Amino acid sequence: MAADKTAYLGRSVQRLEDPPLVTGQARFAADINFPNQLHMRMVRSSYAHGEIVSIDTSEAQAMPGVVAIWTAIDIADIGPVDFRADRAAEALKPYRQPVLAKGRVRYVGDPVAAVFAEDPYLAEDAAEAVVIEIEELPVIVSADDPPGEFAAGHGTEAAVMHHGYGDIDAAFANADTVIELDLRTGRHSGVPMETRGAIGRYDAANDILELHGAAKVPHRNQETLVKMLGRDASRMHLHECHVGGGFGIRGELYPEDILVLLAAMRLGRPVKWIEDRQEHLMCANQGREQHHLARVAVDAEGRILGIDDEFFHDQGAYIRTHGSNVANRTMCTITGPYRVPAFRAVCHFRLTNKTPCATYRAPGRYESTFVRERLIDAIAPELGIDPIEVRKRNLIAAAEMPYTIAFDEPHVSDMVLDSGDYAGLLDKAVAAFGWQALKVELARRRADGELVGAGIGMFIEEGGRGPTDGARIAVDINGEVEVITGGASLGQGFETAMAQICAEALGVDYRRVRVIHGHTDLIPYGIGAHATRATVMTGSAVDVAAKMVREIAIDAAAEMLQTPADGLDINDGTVARRNDPAGPAVTLGEIARRLAPDAAKPGQGDPGLAAEGFFTTTDTVFPYGVHLAVVRIDRGTGAVAVERFMVAYDVGRAVNPMMIEGQLVGGCIQGLGGALYEEFVYDEEGQPMAVTLADYLVPTLREAPDIEVLITEDAPSPLNPLGLKSAGEGGINGVGAAIAGAIGEAIGDPGAVRRLPLTPARVMDLLRRADAGSS
Amino acid sequence: MKPAAFSYHAPETIAEAVAILAEVAPEDGRVLAGGQSLVPTMAFRLARPAHLVDINGVEGLDRLVLDGDELSIGACVRHAAFHRPVVEGCLGPLLSSVARHIGHYPIRQRGTFCGSLAQADPASEWCLAAVTLGATMTAMSVRGSRQIRARDFFEGIMTTALADDELLTEARLAIPPSDTRFGFAEFNRVAGGFAIAMVLAAFRLEDGVITEPRLGVGGVEERPRRIAEAEAALEGRAPGAEAFRAAADAAAGAVDPMEDINTSAGYRRDLVATLAFRALEQAGRALEQAGA
Amino acid sequence: MNAKHDITLAINGEAYAISVEARRTLADAIREECGQTGTHLGCEHGVCGTCTVIVDGAPVRSCLMFAVQCDGASIRTVEGLADGGEPHPLQRAFMEHHALQCGFCTPGFLMLAVAVLERDPDIGDEDLLDILSSNLCRCTGYANIVKAVRAAAAEMRQC
Repeated sequence: MAADKTAYLGRSVQRLEDPPLVTGQARFAADINFPNQLHMRMVRSSYAHGEIVSIDTSEAQAMPGVVAIWTAIDIADIGPVDFRADRAAEALKPYRQPVLAKGRVRYVGDPVAAVFAEDPYLAEDAAEAVVIEIEELPVIVSADDPPGEFAAGHGTEAAVMHHGYGDIDAAFANADTVIELDLRTGRHSGVPMETRGAIGRYDAANDILELHGAAKVPHRNQETLVKMLGRDASRMHLHECHVGGGFGIRGELYPEDILVLLAAMRLGRPVKWIEDRQEHLMCANQGREQHHLARVAVDAEGRILGIDDEFFHDQGAYIRTHGSNVANRTMCTITGPYRVPAFRAVCHFRLTNKTPCATYRAPGRYESTFVRERLIDAIAPELGIDPIEVRKRNLIAAAEMPYTIAFDEPHVSDMVLDSGDYAGLLDKAVAAFGWQALKVELARRRADGELVGAGIGMFIEEGGRGPTDGARIAVDINGEVEVITGGASLGQGFETAMAQICAEALGVDYRRVRVIHGHTDLIPYGIGAHATRATVMTGSAVDVAAKMVREIAIDAAAEMLQTPADGLDINDGTVARRNDPAGPAVTLGEIARRLAPDAAKPGQGDPGLAAEGFFTTTDTVFPYGVHLAVVRIDRGTGAVAVERFMVAYDVGRAVNPMMIEGQLVGGCIQGLGGALYEEFVYDEEGQPMAVTLADYLVPTLREAPDIEVLITEDAPSPLNPLGLKSAGEGGINGVGAAIAGAIGEAIGDPGAVRRLPLTPARVMDLLRRADAGSS
Repeated sequence: MKPAAFSYHAPETIAEAVAILAEVAPEDGRVLAGGQSLVPTMAFRLARPAHLVDINGVEGLDRLVLDGDELSIGACVRHAAFHRPVVEGCLGPLLSSVARHIGHYPIRQRGTFCGSLAQADPASEWCLAAVTLGATMTAMSVRGSRQIRARDFFEGIMTTALADDELLTEARLAIPPSDTRFGFAEFNRVAGGFAIAMVLAAFRLEDGVITEPRLGVGGVEERPRRIAEAEAALEGRAPGAEAFRAAADAAAGAVDPMEDINTSAGYRRDLVATLAFRALEQAGRALEQAGA
Repeated sequence: MNAKHDITLAINGEAYAISVEARRTLADAIREECGQTGTHLGCEHGVCGTCTVIVDGAPVRSCLMFAVQCDGASIRTVEGLADGGEPHPLQRAFMEHHALQCGFCTPGFLMLAVAVLERDPDIGDEDLLDILSSNLCRCTGYANIVKAVRAAAAEMRQC
């Protein structure tokens, strides 16, 4: 056990985050209060599209406790919410969302006015009394509809984007078989249990404007806010508190964030806004809604010659902070883990009169995996080849790594798949699942009249994209370690993971490591927690910084213990001789005292047992996975029961297997939500039909099967010192694909499923069609 | 999602409660019992009563007793009271199995049987039970007391025969003959979700054939109702798949299902066929178990 | 209509004399007037269970009760679970079994489970799963919550 004591990397240690969370001591956005604060309530459009004729705030203004009511003219000096990603997309800028609707409303929930009052109840009373007169305009509810006008000179088709390489026409001309599918992924989203929240506070004594309740990308948002509000970065700070789940949708800048900051400045009082659940379900970013017309060309052996995909991306009413990133990620990952000699994707990036969309966990990739794996599943019966075998014939081989996918378009970065043994993972997953025996058993059950089937979803993930992150580590005179990062925690266990990495590199107990994140005033840079970057980028920086601190400590100890540095080691916070661990020793606290500014000797270098380390990369890491599902359909209701589900995933290197398993299982249940239950449905007037949790169906325990997890570390990334690849999105990516395949097999028509989510009513339709087809 | 302001009244006797109700009903006063349906609609400000008359402190309304050959359920009897059978014989277990379908455990700690009836949500399990089992409701006001039969009580979605100033003080369920067999089947998409369709079936056997069949359908039309065509298909027939299928098809053919954007009339009709058959099968199995 | 009511809430054994409008929900009163912010609000319409507290022994959604209805009632929240510095077996089990990630839903799950296990220590597993399906969690996928509650139930039965 002694040997394990300081080996923290790779161990399922308990989380440092937990004690305040289980005792009610955590501080989430709604728990933050400042003296004399005001409460903001939004007045939102109840129409999906229309001209604002008039806004009458007079009655509301006169109500008790109301301090101010703003409409667009009150903040005419502030521009729309800016992009933080896809900044080059000049052509998309006219589609950005204004902070308050100007002239037009474009979705139900579009903010038109903001009420500031002494109490949230009074604010809501007053918001109800604001009268907005709207003249309705024609509504576009589907990206399939013919494009219309967004604004003068700008159509609702904001862009048509192309990605491709190779000779796609030749691929199809030479194909033995061509398969074409019409596929749709439904609109759903992260729906974290905590709604959004933002508290703006102006510290006039120091001229600092503060945003509390930040998440995900505080430093990126600081950059955007500085530009939008015209402040110095040193006078505009964001503070992350506890965050009740993010999943990609929380932490982006939204109109409400800008409003609380402006109001804090202009009204001279702190301003608090807590989103309610109904607002969340009609205003927070949604995602996934795409319609693909995809085809694949294969030779007689089932080898892919080319994939050609034209799709319609429903962006909703505005283009938010991500620009066109989700559509871009869709296009880049359609070929996934397979060798595809020729490729073409055309995306119609279209605005509709629905809630705006952006990234949700595995953005673009849940969609592209569904499309690609549906195509692969269609090849198998067409050529009479087993679906596993079709995949194996097309998977990129381990020996081909690193494998470069170079797109013709100069502005589209190459994808360099860093490492992986895709077929190896498929073999392991299939063996662990007992696939062969299972298929026999399922065939027997089908013969007995049961509607059961199995499906596969295979995919690559991408993460750890750079460019740079850093960390500052300092040891105090009691030997406690403080790690300051620009990372962010959305509940994924960031603090524990960073503490483990630091503890491993430095040689201390991880419980003595305190990890700071999400405060822009404590560190001027930070990558945040998005696109599964945190562990790779911030983790690598922590490793670098911790090793620097270790070196300083060992050098100092060498002098204190009169021993050559290379003969020393650090265990449990104590430096001793490698060959005499029980002999003379000095603790990190003692070294810190020796190196303290007031004790340091001249000529020793900078005082303090501290260091700042950076990690830079220009490349992306590509973890990969296999999802396997077994479903049973109730013929009488169309309900789908997931009998088994396996997530097999190669993480490169596991920092904390327990937390990785938690990420994979949690992500997988979210994926099942999007495959079977969750859907933001709109009627033909653009009215959202799922604005309560009784209508937007998040899976409960009863809809969550036990997920079998197989974590492998076969392909550590060569791109960072620890070989990390990250795990945040591997649980969700392939779920739609695997469930679709399983349902297809269950109803005896492998290609039947063309659309997610597979609600019971839709499954009944599929059954009816399959019955009609076979009779 | 904060409710609009209202005046709060907390009477302690029925007389006091109906007196207050008489006074505030014309000014949009409403009764607050368990609140598990009313309070969410207030949070969305879909309901904004000016007065709430909270009957949770009214003496005697939590009575749940066997009164002659009827079960008397007071206005404040919670769903949770039915988790374990409340009467001997076949009715107690039936009510337990129905109660488990109502929302979730914490909701059942507060929500009340009579509150569900007064709310008259088409997806309410108790409304279906009341109609199928033939409950009688007691409504009281300053004008006096009257009895309303279940089939006259439910008038449409969220609409009952209760006048604004009337308090539903109790519901009475006749104790069915002890050899009555029951089955209940409900379909919803997630645990604790609203019923998209449900069927409550009951029958007895005489000389090996079905008698006194009852088949009620809920969540499908604007109000729950017994389906005479299905009951006719059962009467006098031997219990078994053939009769059950005939009754289930008759029920599916007889209903006029509501439609919404997620649920077509055709799909609801399919569900009625499935659930009616399953409810009848369940009743049939109860029969076998009793016989064994 | 906006009249205030003087009421007393007894939260975790401590009396809070507060003055609230009738429309103030119990959840808001616990959080704002009484400052006990461990009880979280996830939906305010009774679906998610995040705001579950124990009122006079029963686990209830505190967003679906008005504070005035709880005048004099005994209320338990997550802040009262630990015994001094000693965590409750359920709190310990949640940490040991990684039954939380963001932790926002955790207080609601803890109070639901505490109430049920105190009422019915020998509850059957199917009933337990039914009851735990009352609350939503978006991070964990539930499996570890179930493990934690089962483990704590076994421990609580031994005590």
